[in-house]
Amino acid sequence: MTPAALLLALALLSVGAFWIGKSRSLALVGGTRGVRNLHSLPSHYGVMTAMWCALPALLVIFAWVAFQDAIILRLVTDHLPAGVRSLPANELSLVINDVRNLVAGNVPAANVSEAVRGAASEYLQLRGISRMALTVLVMVMAVGAIIFVRARITPELRARNRVEVVVEWLLIGCSTIAVFTTIGIVASVAFEAVRFFQHINVFSFLFGTSWSPQMAIRADQVGSSGSFGAVPLFAGTALISFIAMVIAVPIGLYSAIYLAEYAQPKFRTWAKPLLEVLAGVPTVVYGFFAALTVGPALRGWGAHLGLAVASESALAAGLVMGIMIIPFVSSLADDMISAVPQALRDGAYALGATRSETVKQVVLRAALPGIVGGVLLAVSRAIGETMIVAMAAGLAANLTANPLKAVTTVTVQIVNLVQGDQEFDSPKTLALFALGLVLFLVTLALNVLALHVVRKFREQYE
Amino acid sequence: MNKPRKTAQETQAIVAQSLRRRYWAERRFRAYGLTAIVAALTFLVYLFFVIFSNGMGAFRQTQVRVDVFYDPAFIDPAGTRRTEDLQAADYQALIRASLKKKFPDVEGRAATRELTKLVSSSAAFSLQKQVVADPTLIGKTDTEWLLASDAVDLLTKGHIDRALPEAERPLSDQQLAWVDKLRGEGALALKFNKTFLSNGDSREPENAGILGAVVGSFLTLLLTLLWSFPIGVASAVYLEEFARKNRWTDIIEVNINNLAAVPSIVFGLLGLAVFIGFFGLPRSAPLVGAMVLTLLTLPTIIIASRAALKAVPPSIREAALGMGASKIQMVTHHVLPLAMPGMLTGTIIGMARALGESAPLLMIGMVAFIVDIPKGVTDASTVLPVQIYLWSDSPERGFVEKTSGAIIVLLAFLVVMNTTAVILRKRFERRW
Repeated sequence: MTPAALLLALALLSVGAFWIGKSRSLALVGGTRGVRNLHSLPSHYGVMTAMWCALPALLVIFAWVAFQDAIILRLVTDHLPAGVRSLPANELSLVINDVRNLVAGNVPAANVSEAVRGAASEYLQLRGISRMALTVLVMVMAVGAIIFVRARITPELRARNRVEVVVEWLLIGCSTIAVFTTIGIVASVAFEAVRFFQHINVFSFLFGTSWSPQMAIRADQVGSSGSFGAVPLFAGTALISFIAMVIAVPIGLYSAIYLAEYAQPKFRTWAKPLLEVLAGVPTVVYGFFAALTVGPALRGWGAHLGLAVASESALAAGLVMGIMIIPFVSSLADDMISAVPQALRDGAYALGATRSETVKQVVLRAALPGIVGGVLLAVSRAIGETMIVAMAAGLAANLTANPLKAVTTVTVQIVNLVQGDQEFDSPKTLALFALGLVLFLVTLALNVLALHVVRKFREQYE
Repeated sequence: MNKPRKTAQETQAIVAQSLRRRYWAERRFRAYGLTAIVAALTFLVYLFFVIFSNGMGAFRQTQVRVDVFYDPAFIDPAGTRRTEDLQAADYQALIRASLKKKFPDVEGRAATRELTKLVSSSAAFSLQKQVVADPTLIGKTDTEWLLASDAVDLLTKGHIDRALPEAERPLSDQQLAWVDKLRGEGALALKFNKTFLSNGDSREPENAGILGAVVGSFLTLLLTLLWSFPIGVASAVYLEEFARKNRWTDIIEVNINNLAAVPSIVFGLLGLAVFIGFFGLPRSAPLVGAMVLTLLTLPTIIIASRAALKAVPPSIREAALGMGASKIQMVTHHVLPLAMPGMLTGTIIGMARALGESAPLLMIGMVAFIVDIPKGVTDASTVLPVQIYLWSDSPERGFVEKTSGAIIVLLAFLVVMNTTAVILRKRFERRW
C-alpha cells in the first residue's frame, strides 16, 4: 500500500478500535445499566483502545517514510556498475537524479542510460518490498494492540486518566514544535553556512566589498573564481530599509497620534481597519506596483530634473516598502500611546498644556520605549522583506549610498542564488545559507531587543 | 540677584501673546496627523486603482469571428472518423484556409503567415477539440469565434500605439489593415475571458491562465490548515491551561514570539535544507509548501488562540471543575467551545497571510514554469502569488494585464477570507 492508503486504513482501524473498546467495556458491566460500575466513561475505553492502535503505528509510518528513500537510494547506488560509482560526487548525484526522475515518470525511459534504467527498476522493486513490509508491520501492530488492550479492559481500569496523560503529552509535543522550528532553522542554516565558510573565509565574506557569485563550471573558464564579499549587500539592505523607515516612521507615528488622541470614535472605527488593509496586501502586489508604476515614474521625474535615476532604484523599492510598513508602525505606536495612563495627560492639561504639547512633551516621552521597540520590529521586517526588493531592486551589487542608483539586498541575492543551478555543494548555492544565517541572526537580535523593550514598557504601567 | 518678579498682569500678557503661536502649533500638529492618515490611505487607493485599471482587461479577450469550413480533405481524408486520426489532423491549415477565404487578395506564403498570426496558436486546438467531440461537423461550415493573438488583443484594448514606426510595433501595417477590416465587419469582439480562469500557465499571454496556480494554492492551504489548526490550538491549550510557569514554558513563549517576527524567507531556507535536502521530499510540491507555511503560520495561530482562551472567564473553569470534571474535560467541553470563534478568526487571518506568502515558496522551488494543473499534493505546482511574481518578470506586454488580473483574483480571495473572519468575530463575540 502507498503511505497515504496505509494512513487511511489505519484511520479506519482506529475507528473500529474505538467501537471495540467501548462495547467491550459496556459488555463487562452488562450494558448501559451497569455503566456506574465502570471507572471511566465507555468512550474513554474506546479512545484508549484507538490510541493504542493508532499512535505507535503512526510513529512507525512516519519514521519509515522519512528514512525509506535515503536507505533505498544508498542500496541502489551501491549496486550501480563500478564505472558509474567511481564518478566524481557531483556527476554521481546527477545519475541519482536521473534515477529519481525516471522513477517519478518525469523522463521517458528511452532517454537514459542502461545503468540508470536498471537502477530505477531496482529502486521500484525495493520500494515495493519496503511498502509491503511496512504495511504488514503496521497492520500487525495495530491489530495486535487492539487485541491486547481489549483483553486488559476491566471495570477498574482507569481509562480516563490514561487517556488524559497521553493527551497532555500530545499537547506538550505540539507546543514544542515552535522550539524545534527554531532549532531546525539554526541547525540547518548554520550547518550549510559552515560548509560555505570552508570554501570562503568568514572575514572575506563579512568584510569583502566585491560580490559576484558567478562561479565558472569548468576551471579553465574566464572568471572562474566568484567573489563573495557581502558588504555591498549589507549596505544595500541598510539603504533600502533606511528609506523605508524614513517614509514609515513619520507617517505611521503621526497616524497613530491622530487616531489615538484626536480622531472621533467614528473616524477611528473606519480609518484604523483601512490602514490595516495596507498590511494585509500581499508583498508580491507591492513588488509589482513598485516595478510597474513607481520605478518608471521616478525615472521619468528624474529625467525631468536632469537626474539619472536607475529604473530599479533603491528609492523605488524603499518607498513602496515604507508604505507597506506604515501599518506596523502605526498599530504598534497606537497600542503604546493608548497604554499611557490617562492621569499623565490630565496632569499636563491641568498645567495648561495644549493637546499637542501634552502629546509631544508627556505622552510621547512616556511611550517612547514602546515606540522604539515597535520601530525596531519594523526595521527587522524591512530587512527581511523579500518580494518587494526582489521585484523592484536590482541584482547589481553596487556599494553606494545614492538612493537613485540600483542596489541589491541580502534577500534578493538569496532568491537569485536559489534560482540558479541546483548543485547543492557549490559555494554559490551554499552562499545563500550563509546569507540566510546573517539575516536570521540580525533579525533575531532586533526582535529580542524589541520584544524585551516592549515588555519592559508594558510592565511599567500595568 | 533675582530678577524682579512679574506681576500677574505681565504674566497674563506673555501667555496671551504666546497663545496665538501655541494654538497655531496645535492646529499644525493636528493637520500633520490628518495628512499622514490621508497620505497612507491615498497610497492604498492609488495602489488599488493601478491594479484594477491594469487588470480588469485580463478578464476579457479579443476573439475573431471566422466561417470555418470543416474540410474533410484536411481533417480526415481517409474517412475513418477515428479519434486518433481526427486528433492528428492539421487544424492550422483549416484556419489558414478560412482566413484566406475572408481575405481572398492575400497572396504568397509570407503574407499568409502574417494573416494567420492574427489568430492565436491555440485556436487550432479548440477546433480540434470540437471536431473530436462532434465528428458530424466535418463537411459543414460553421461560424466560430477564434481566440485572437496577443498582439491583436493588445491593439483592441488600446495598448499599441499606431503612430509608432512599423518596425517597433508587434503588428505590421498590413496586419493593422486586416484587423480594421475585421472590426468594421463586426468580426472582432471583446468577450469574457474563460481561458484566463480555466488554463494553466503558458508562454503566450493569450493562453495563460491562473487555474493551475489557484489549484496549487488551494492544495497548499488545505494541508496547511489541516496541520496548523490542530497543532496551533493544542499548543495554545497547553500553554494557557496546563503549563506551569517555569523556565521551559518561558523558553517556548519567547520562541513563539520570536518566530512570529522571523523573516518568512528564512522558513523557506529551513524547508530547503531539511524537508528537501535531508528528507528528500519532492521539490515544488504543495506538500512541502504546506509544511513550510504551517511552521510560518503556527505562531500567528498560537498567539490568537491564546488570546481567545484568555478571554474565557475563569468562573467557567471553576464551575466545571467544581462539578467534578477533569481538567481535560473542562477544556474540551467548556473552554474550547467558548474560545472557538476567536481561534477560528485567528486561523483564518493566518491562512490569509499564508495565501499571500511567496518568498518561502520560492526557496522550495514552487517557482517553476508549470503548464499542467496539479492533481495531487506531490505534483509540481505553483501558487497564486508566485505566479504573479513569475508573470511580472515576463517581457511580453500582454503579461502586465495578466499579472494585474491574477492580483485581482488573489485580492478577491483575501477579501473573502478577511470578511469571513470579521463576520465570525462580530457574530460570536461575547462580552462576559
